[in-house]
Amino acid sequence: MELVVRDLGVARGGVPVLDGVGFALAPGRALVLRGPNGVGKTTLLRTVAGLQPALAGTISGGGERIAYAGHSDGLKAMLSVRENLTFWAQVFGQSDIAPAIQGFGLTGLEDRMAGTLSAGQKRRLGLARLGVTGRPVWVLDEPTVSLDTASVALFAQAVRQHLASGGSALMATHIDLGLDEAEVLDLTPFRAKPRAAVQDEAFL
Amino acid sequence: MIALLKRDMALAVRAGGGFGLGLAFFLIVVTLVPFGIGPESDLLSRVAAGVLWIGALLACLLSLDRIFALDWEDGTLDLLATSPLPLEGAVTVKALAHWLTTALPLVLVSPALGLLLNLPAGGYLWVPVSLALGTPALSVIGTFGAALTVGLKRGGLLLSLLVLPLYVPTLIFGAEVARRGVDGLELQAPLLMLAGISFGTLALLPFASAAVLRVNLR
Repeated sequence: MELVVRDLGVARGGVPVLDGVGFALAPGRALVLRGPNGVGKTTLLRTVAGLQPALAGTISGGGERIAYAGHSDGLKAMLSVRENLTFWAQVFGQSDIAPAIQGFGLTGLEDRMAGTLSAGQKRRLGLARLGVTGRPVWVLDEPTVSLDTASVALFAQAVRQHLASGGSALMATHIDLGLDEAEVLDLTPFRAKPRAAVQDEAFL
Repeated sequence: MIALLKRDMALAVRAGGGFGLGLAFFLIVVTLVPFGIGPESDLLSRVAAGVLWIGALLACLLSLDRIFALDWEDGTLDLLATSPLPLEGAVTVKALAHWLTTALPLVLVSPALGLLLNLPAGGYLWVPVSLALGTPALSVIGTFGAALTVGLKRGGLLLSLLVLPLYVPTLIFGAEVARRGVDGLELQAPLLMLAGISFGTLALLPFASAAVLRVNLR
């Protein structure tokens, strides 16, 4: 089942930012969203993840199949790495966290409090959470922030493995991950036209 | 859901979790009252039940803004909203965790604090019973208030202003049960009203809390 987005319009803070976005994401494929700051990448991803309603258009194949990872990792500083991951695994009805810990190079850190990890390690833990959701469509917002080159390679490897097992990934990133399966979608042409009426109202 | 409850309980008792804060506040409020109104034991025993109720209510209020604020800041709330857990369930579990970590200790310690206020004999049973029956409503209503103000800077004060008026019916009937218990009067009517308020809010408010959370997450 593929994720299909048609004619999607999204708004941030009530102001339309994107209009008429459409794409299809088949299993085993990745789609990288590009565009300058403020174009609406995060807003689009949050809409696809179901965190906010769309202004227009349809999204099919999303909902319960999506694992979302935003700017913040959703980690608790006073829980250990293992406790953090186990919690999310239980929420998503999974039990095995070992592959996620190995896949993101967290071996040996299991009993450290998440609050004592470095920024890059926290990010890796946040991404490892995707592995314990068991969901096929990863929606990732700037997943490589604060990762070093080696960790980016680890992450690319994890994405590749996920794609190979029939999953798909939709991500906003500025770094080239070297994924053969990835297509690039530039969001700049989909910018919503500023509506004159909105500005007029503001001046009244 | 059990995982969420266990996590919230674990977070509450670890460093910075705020467990015991409400308890200490309750203790201090109750010990301040005799200083404020004087040491006459007759006067104290007359107001004891009401003071215990108001103290417990304020202590409950103290930790409400933590219910969602921390999860909002670190992004957990976004992830929970996209998880298979229904948000209504998550909200109920969070209210339950608040009750277990904040309100239940208050219920258990209230007879001991009753001693400080010269609580009459009947109160040692009925104050804890009325608190045990009424505090779930305080937690659930507070969770609703916390959901309304999540994401607001300095939302704590606004939260108090929103929630305190909603606490009035619970306080009226809870304190009435305790007072009648102290005086040895018939107390079935206020007891049933108190139970009704608790079960009613528990049944209805999680839906409202989940709905406002969804709006606030946009």
